[in-house]
Amino acid sequence: MAKMTKEEVIEVAHLARLAITDEEAEHFADQLEAITNAMELLNELDTENVEPTTHVLQMVNVLREDKSTPGLDRELVLKNVKEHEGGQVKVPTILE
Amino acid sequence: MSLVEKTAAQLQEMIHTKETTIAEMTEKAFDRIEALEPEVDAFLALNKERATQLAAEMDRVPFAERGPLFGLPIGVKDNIVTEGLVTTASSRILEGFNPVYNATVVEKLKAAGMVTVGKLNMDEFAMGSSNENSYYKKTKNPWNLETVPGGSSGGSAAAVASGQVPFSLGSDTGGSIRQPAAFCGVVGMKPTYGRVSRFGLIAYASSLDQIGPITRTVKDNALLLNSISGYDDKDSTSANVEVPDFTAALTGDITGLRIGVPKEYFAEGVGEAAKEAVLEALKVLEERGAICEEISLPHSKYALATYYLLASSEASSNLSRFDGIRYGYRTEKAGSLLEFYMNTRSEGFGDEVKRRIMLGTYALSSGYYDAYYKKAQKVRTLIKKDFDDAFEKYDVIIGPTTPTPAFKIGEIIDDPLTMYANDILTIPVNLAGVPAISIPCGFNNGLPLGLQIIGKYFDEETVYRVADVFEQATDFHKKTPQTWEGAAQ
Repeated sequence: MAKMTKEEVIEVAHLARLAITDEEAEHFADQLEAITNAMELLNELDTENVEPTTHVLQMVNVLREDKSTPGLDRELVLKNVKEHEGGQVKVPTILE
Repeated sequence: MSLVEKTAAQLQEMIHTKETTIAEMTEKAFDRIEALEPEVDAFLALNKERATQLAAEMDRVPFAERGPLFGLPIGVKDNIVTEGLVTTASSRILEGFNPVYNATVVEKLKAAGMVTVGKLNMDEFAMGSSNENSYYKKTKNPWNLETVPGGSSGGSAAAVASGQVPFSLGSDTGGSIRQPAAFCGVVGMKPTYGRVSRFGLIAYASSLDQIGPITRTVKDNALLLNSISGYDDKDSTSANVEVPDFTAALTGDITGLRIGVPKEYFAEGVGEAAKEAVLEALKVLEERGAICEEISLPHSKYALATYYLLASSEASSNLSRFDGIRYGYRTEKAGSLLEFYMNTRSEGFGDEVKRRIMLGTYALSSGYYDAYYKKAQKVRTLIKKDFDDAFEKYDVIIGPTTPTPAFKIGEIIDDPLTMYANDILTIPVNLAGVPAISIPCGFNNGLPLGLQIIGKYFDEETVYRVADVFEQATDFHKKTPQTWEGAAQ
């Protein structure tokens, strides 16, 4: 495993939509490097012919009839929204 | 009238014989919570007004219409949404979030007639093994207030251990019910994945998370699992299987039952006290007719790395929904929409959550997906196969729940890898999806130790049967912590 750099952490943080300071990036770089190094243990195992498990139970697609059912009332949905107008959620300006 | 030492059956008996009422019982629960909270800090929100009103109404329901848990108080982990009762998952990013619907399990508690008295503290978004990652407060272990109650359902375990409530719900992603149950000397069950609906559980790692009961006795635990289990069409991973009466499995007979004891669960890193307590417990079970044999789960040592890659990857995806737009905390420092998202998330999430989001984002990023995420999914297959193979010959697998008893608050908080190692014995169970319970099996320097009993898929019955036999044969579950004494009854 290559050393995790501060720049890599800043890039990952950006992808994850987290703003971090230079100081935090250094701190996280050290910790994430230690953690990913510990994860290297998995490379001891030959998994060439092993199928990945994403789900432990034998699952089948869950289908239902294409029938509309009432959802949550709009007023309820907006109850936790800090800014809304005319029944719609307000977001900061996207286009100048 | 003391409710703290009573089982569900005894509490029902007291109500039935008019020794108490549901209203009085609820009031006493709040008295005790208020007396102990300054020390234990288990609750994030109390539901006093509504619970009191509900209790009074419930006293009027005829006895014939009441189930075994009717009118009994329960605390709910704060990552399970409760209509009209603030739910934060102990995160600043959900500060003040007031859900407009109930989780399926909460609807089921209501249907069983249980009274939700409040929301219990946890590690933020269920990430942690000590309860030190809550944004709001640090819950203390009732056995020694300088030690952690375990995590992430530490509030749920501490509230039961201190007698604030006889029942609580927790959630378990890598051991988050069993590890705090072990640290606090109570009974904690992680059911088979899919047994209990996750609808309304704020997701951490969806393929591993499972809600489960924390109680003081095995029978109470089985009763509570009875009431929260079952297929739910609101959860696409819910298992459509029959729910037996788990209490009917408590026959007291384990003659000829085959117990596998994995040598890896006694390896380096697992403390002597935990090992000895479990070996003594196995003797007790052998005396009752069980057959114990050493087995091997050869991929156990890879479970921790597998877990952190998979759980963090799923978390990075699940937690992308917290953007400050539709609910919860939002930043004051906003310029563009992107800055708004980034500032909200940075101010709203704590360090452990950020660490896992970043680890997950990294493991899923295009250059590393095969090396980390896909590799971990493949190792998960091998870990699951270890269990499948073992369960061809054995009815249950038994080992310690945790390597050590509770550690001191602040002791390892800055050392994530050491902190993660706490869950080394519980994590394989989540990766495989099988059920497992932790029950008290000893003490070390006055702190409880847990016995972990792991079962086959959907065979919680055998797990409970073994747990009950051990409980009946021993007194560990009858011991009470220092906080118990002198508190309001």
